[in-house]
Amino acid sequence: MAELQLREPVIFDLSKPGRHAGSQFPPRVPGTAPGKIPEHLRRATPPPLPAVSELQVVRHYTRLSQMNFSIDTHFYPLGSCTMKYNPKACNSYAMLPEFLARHPLAPEPQGFMACMYELQEMLRAVTGMQGVSLTPMAGAQGEFAGVAMIRAYHRARKDLARNQIIVPQAAHGTNPATAAMCGFEVKEIPCDANGDVDIEALKSSVGPNTAGIMLTNPSTLGVFEHKIAQVAKIVHDVGGLLYYDGANLNAILGKVRPGDMGFDVIHMNLHKTFSTPHGGGGPGSGAVGVGARLAPFLPIPMVGKESNQYRWLDERDLPQSIGRLSGFMGNAGVNLRAYIYMRMLGREGMVRVAEFAALNANYLMKRLQAAGYEAAYPTRRASHEFIITLRREHKLYQVTAMDVAKRLLDYGFHAPTTYFPLLVPECLLIEPTETETKEDLDRFCDAMIAIRQEMEREPGKLASAPHTMPVRRLDDVRAAKQLDLAWVPAA
Amino acid sequence: MAFIPHTPDDVARMLETIGVQSIESLFDEIPATLKIKSLDGVPPALCEMEVGRLLMERATLDGRPLNFIGAGAYEHHIPAPVWAIATRGEFYSAYTPYQAEASQGTLQLIYEYQSMMCGLTGMQVSNASLYDGASALAEACLMAVRANRASSSRRVLMPRSVNPTYAKVAAAIAGNQDIGFEPVDFDREQGRTLLDALQAYSGQDVSALVLQQPNFFGNLEEVGALTDWAHANGAVVIAVVNPTSLALLEPPGRWGQVVAGKQGADIVCGEGQPLGIPLSSGGPYFGFMATRMQYVRQMPGRIVGRTLDVEGRPGFSLTLQAREQHIRRSKATSNICTNQGLMVTAATIYLSLLGAEGLERVAAASVQRTDDLVAALTRIKGVTAAFSAPRFHEAVLLLDRPVAPVLAALERRGIVGGLDLGGSFPELGPALLVCATETKLDADIGAYAAALSDVMNQSRPGAAA
Repeated sequence: MAELQLREPVIFDLSKPGRHAGSQFPPRVPGTAPGKIPEHLRRATPPPLPAVSELQVVRHYTRLSQMNFSIDTHFYPLGSCTMKYNPKACNSYAMLPEFLARHPLAPEPQGFMACMYELQEMLRAVTGMQGVSLTPMAGAQGEFAGVAMIRAYHRARKDLARNQIIVPQAAHGTNPATAAMCGFEVKEIPCDANGDVDIEALKSSVGPNTAGIMLTNPSTLGVFEHKIAQVAKIVHDVGGLLYYDGANLNAILGKVRPGDMGFDVIHMNLHKTFSTPHGGGGPGSGAVGVGARLAPFLPIPMVGKESNQYRWLDERDLPQSIGRLSGFMGNAGVNLRAYIYMRMLGREGMVRVAEFAALNANYLMKRLQAAGYEAAYPTRRASHEFIITLRREHKLYQVTAMDVAKRLLDYGFHAPTTYFPLLVPECLLIEPTETETKEDLDRFCDAMIAIRQEMEREPGKLASAPHTMPVRRLDDVRAAKQLDLAWVPAA
Repeated sequence: MAFIPHTPDDVARMLETIGVQSIESLFDEIPATLKIKSLDGVPPALCEMEVGRLLMERATLDGRPLNFIGAGAYEHHIPAPVWAIATRGEFYSAYTPYQAEASQGTLQLIYEYQSMMCGLTGMQVSNASLYDGASALAEACLMAVRANRASSSRRVLMPRSVNPTYAKVAAAIAGNQDIGFEPVDFDREQGRTLLDALQAYSGQDVSALVLQQPNFFGNLEEVGALTDWAHANGAVVIAVVNPTSLALLEPPGRWGQVVAGKQGADIVCGEGQPLGIPLSSGGPYFGFMATRMQYVRQMPGRIVGRTLDVEGRPGFSLTLQAREQHIRRSKATSNICTNQGLMVTAATIYLSLLGAEGLERVAAASVQRTDDLVAALTRIKGVTAAFSAPRFHEAVLLLDRPVAPVLAALERRGIVGGLDLGGSFPELGPALLVCATETKLDADIGAYAAALSDVMNQSRPGAAA
């Protein structure tokens, strides 16, 4: 792993006044216009940016890239994140020069818009919803759009007392944060011992103040919500709406549709289920789908089709829309990648996504159980992911989920999600995805078996892991207390 | 099977380990009544060759017209190394850097990005990005209201010279938290917001003032005086800036004088697209945000800090996470989670290649090209410049006839001639917002002028072109 022991100074420390990447400078344009900018509006000193050569830039950032784990280089079983292969074709064809050069306010590009229209239609088909808008720029913005539509729906009906959103305790943090951002009060309800929503708690929480409930299904506990029909009925009966968090859509793609489960609104993470890249933290895309009741409130713009011409639908077409969430039409290029992916999978490939994601997850769960690890919900099928709890190991050997996660890095595997969901002690949320081979899953199991032996024989090795990364464990307390958030020139 | 590596033998062995007969048994917890009957809405699969052909046909259909629209998205030269490196799998296919030790590349890059944005804006801290410029302004308004503890009005002054789409997005997002936006009119002759227009609010409780520099019309606001007015009246100043312009213009952190103990904008945000991101029909771009250290805990989004590892070596990690949704849940500063990491990767490489000198060259060339464009177009009868204020790289032109038919006629000549302002600013009459960056050469400006002259000569004022 010598290549991961790279050390690279910050780019400012490579800087030398007078050096530059000259071929990137535009030609000087004769004229006096820049000089007409009044002196008091001009910058007194140049901004402190690095002065480096083109090769220095290329080498520096290439070397930094080599300090990352990624799907292209490592098995990355990060639960709830769906780290599947991002096909190269999706990037290549989304970066055709005509697509890249198109200004968002230029006359409506029929080729690009045909792709977007067809993407809306395919997403409708796989989710069972009536209408789809592609404009939200990430999962959290899709959630925002969904909850804002629920709010707009109740307001349009003058049903103004509905100020509460119900969220299960196992939910992603974005759910309660989103509800609060939309001006709702958040009511959290517990899950039962099987990982399902606690029906009694739900019944006693709903009422005339209930605007809706936000659910993920399969839940963040990695199991399918058995009682979904009952949950839908309870919430609908009191006049509330059901929101589907599509974080785990990969588990059911081609098998069951949120629209058929009774959901009124969903968001999809195109960067999970539809394989657009995560990019080290985005860009994502959080398309929303709705049933008939919420269709008038969808965020704009959307793509409409009239006599074989595509056009943007805006305020004039959807006067009750919750409005615009981005400067233009959201993460257009990400949506294009999702479109290409869906065309390559096609109808037949779409069904296999959930099938092989479930096969890999259930296989890995069984093998880890056989190796002595405790599944958090052993009587349940894994969906596309599952939870291992290390509570026994924590008691016996004082090891933590964090220790195991860090040690896995030394074995060449990205760590699973740790400490989420918060309800399960010392947990690892493991999502292998459908694109991994049996051999890679077996290698991961071998590493987990080896780590188990280390727990018993040399637990210190875990507590001090990782040992082979560019850095050892970092001092997060220092990071938060002695804030160093930007390089500053030496005085 | 596309992207699925399992052989029939693999499947058989895996099912045996699990102890089930078929893959379908893995879905036996899903009620049978809910199972999908058909997926007819999805067409059959295409192989890579077929999908490539389809996309190339569609791209060709869209063509490559000569573009003179800016209005929040700007065509600049993108150096070849930018996307060659940003699309390396190690950046492209990595997740948010939660496992710091296995993500030092992304983390160090974000730290460098934050440093560059602080340098450009003259602020002390930057986050790791937001979605785009418009949504960044929405987040800035929410943040300003949280940060301004002395104000309880939740009123934000939004000059009409701010990009009207930004104002709409801010209202759509921040309006859910009962923040009220009040428009402030601009001076018709200068095309910018005058101090006089703000005096009506003097002495009132105003939470924040938004200032866009250069403003939506491309004009330069007298930001110093406007900032000082805001501070004298207890309002937080939100600057919306074009990062390219900051190579030439006063950074927002230094706007105005020290008033009520503060100098400069309090929150700076904007659209990062000009820094190496292709126009790409509107996204993905990235929003940036920077602020004073005193407001860092009110800032939304990821922040990377430099710290030490257990052996005392420097390293990077996400920090101040107690602000964020995965810790604070309904009390978080924002629901934002995924941001625009790959775009930040591109922008950081772009800024490293250009440096202060190169960015200044890009900015100056853009100012000159726009000046040349305005000069060439206003020589045509029926075309005049709308405003007198000094400008950056955009300008409003007034026509003596409706804009839409003129733009349609230019489009038939392969030219995207600008943005029709009729929808947002009907009081200007037939008005066109145009932009030329360093990418427009003399021949391009000449081609536009010749085409416009032709179109204007072939039609009469008030008639269709």
